[in-house]
Amino acid sequence: MSLNIEDVHKVARLARLAMTEQEAQAAHIQLANIFGLIADMQAVDTKGITPMSHAQDVSQRLREDVVTETNQRELFQSIASQVEAGLYLVPQVIE
Amino acid sequence: MLHKTFVRAPEWEIVIGLEVHTQLSTSSKIFSGASTTYGAEPNTQADAVSIALPGVLPVLNKGAVERAIKFGLAVGAHIAPRSVFARKNYFYPDLPKGYQISQFDLPVVGQGALTIQVEPLSGNGKSYEKVVRITRAHLEEDAGKSLHEDFHGMTGIDLNRAGTPLLEIVSEPDMRSAAEAVAYAKTLHSLVRWIGICDGNMQEGSFRCDANVSVRRPGAALGTRREIKNLNSFKFMQQAIEYEAQWQIDTLENGGKIHQATVLFDSDKCETRAMRSKEEAHDYRYFPDPDLLPLDISPQWIEEVRATLPELPEAKRARYVSELGLSTYDADILTGSREMAGFFEAALTSLTPIPSPAGGRGEQAKLCANWLIGEVSAQLNRDGLDMVQCPISARQLGGMLKRIADSTISNAGAKEVFRTMWSEGGDADAIIEAKGLKQVSDSGAIEKLVDEIIAANPAQVAEYRSGKEKVFGFFVGLAMKASKGKANPAQLNEILKLKLTK
Repeated sequence: MSLNIEDVHKVARLARLAMTEQEAQAAHIQLANIFGLIADMQAVDTKGITPMSHAQDVSQRLREDVVTETNQRELFQSIASQVEAGLYLVPQVIE
Repeated sequence: MLHKTFVRAPEWEIVIGLEVHTQLSTSSKIFSGASTTYGAEPNTQADAVSIALPGVLPVLNKGAVERAIKFGLAVGAHIAPRSVFARKNYFYPDLPKGYQISQFDLPVVGQGALTIQVEPLSGNGKSYEKVVRITRAHLEEDAGKSLHEDFHGMTGIDLNRAGTPLLEIVSEPDMRSAAEAVAYAKTLHSLVRWIGICDGNMQEGSFRCDANVSVRRPGAALGTRREIKNLNSFKFMQQAIEYEAQWQIDTLENGGKIHQATVLFDSDKCETRAMRSKEEAHDYRYFPDPDLLPLDISPQWIEEVRATLPELPEAKRARYVSELGLSTYDADILTGSREMAGFFEAALTSLTPIPSPAGGRGEQAKLCANWLIGEVSAQLNRDGLDMVQCPISARQLGGMLKRIADSTISNAGAKEVFRTMWSEGGDADAIIEAKGLKQVSDSGAIEKLVDEIIAANPAQVAEYRSGKEKVFGFFVGLAMKASKGKANPAQLNEILKLKLTK
């Protein structure tokens, strides 16, 4: 699979990253290298092997369904840029 | 005769699939120990994980997984021995991480099925049964809430709901009308409440439906679908699907094309409208969440959960029909909620503590069903109560039904007992005693009363005897009045008829 410069721009847009043309070119080269690495891995015969979904072969530990957190709104909101009536305020978003 | 052939366009077929988000009834969130109680002050239940402070890690709630397993078992689905959480990436302020933790290619619940009873929404069609296939159900976290009221041109964000566990239940596109979609949604709604995994409160958003609607000529490939988002009542679901399907049919018949889109239902105007959606909005770039390990579910755990499952509504419904001889209609209503079924069974048990031969029990089951579906439901409705808040206990109702069954009280008397019980409490026997509602079944006393009435109304007697049988009601009325409503109606009718024709 090869990556073109349009793909780089698209991914940047989806990730909300502003990129100059120069930065995009640099990212293109870096990403293409990663794709090369993936291609190498995909060339290995993995027939009959269940893919791992995590780097460590262990399973998820579970937590009992118990409320352990207390209200720390004041503390958390002390670093928010704008709050009102207990709400975090953000630039208007209406779809 | 010349045979004229009309070329009639084949009918359109509507195809519907539903995605339902059920909020699981855990005490704490899916990935943290923050409370999920509804209606708290904004952000007081938004802990470090809910607001996505850097460095926090999710830890999966066992209670959420248990509820997912319970659901899977209830719809006969395969429970994945290993499932995986994935990140669904998109930007929105009520999703502070920039991704929602969900499941993608390895969901916890696989294919299952739900049997539904479809009541036609209009016309004189008959109700029928249908099996709707469930594609999958997966665990995910809910987002927060955006409040667009005016905060000086800004939007307020409440993250209390962020991280609330959801089970998203996806159906196959098996439904062919709004009636079928509504029947499926209602059955699912009653099932999740029945097995206790979701409170089903639609106003509070605990049960949210999205409908994928497309139309096609029968036998043709599936048409392009449009997704109606956030249907929060069954009535809106019906209206939205009917409008949307008609809109698609009109568009196609006028030579137009359907483009895949997400639409919202405007309940004031009763129409669906496409949301303005940006290009690439649906490129979620799912990938396995490195913060979470695969979820292992052992066969032993599945069996433990299975042991906690109550008798399911479908099995109960079938049993009511086969064992108690109830109609499918009655059985359907009685199994509409676990509370209703529980009440019915408790009332029937106190009415007949020892199961009598099938026939007798069937009659009593019918009596019990009639009162529950009739008087009790009507009164609950009128007072805006639900079954759990019913002021009359099943034992009280059973006690009263026993007195109807053994003819101690008439139906009219029973209604009075019922009213008194409802408002003042007390058991049936005490009320019957205090109000003197015991019906007169002494034939001597009834005969005496009838004789007096016949003697006092010679004109009406003559009318009756000349063939005006309508006057019969007049005599019944007088006799009931004279007995203060206590005469056994069947007996009274019999004696009256006998004496009048003499």
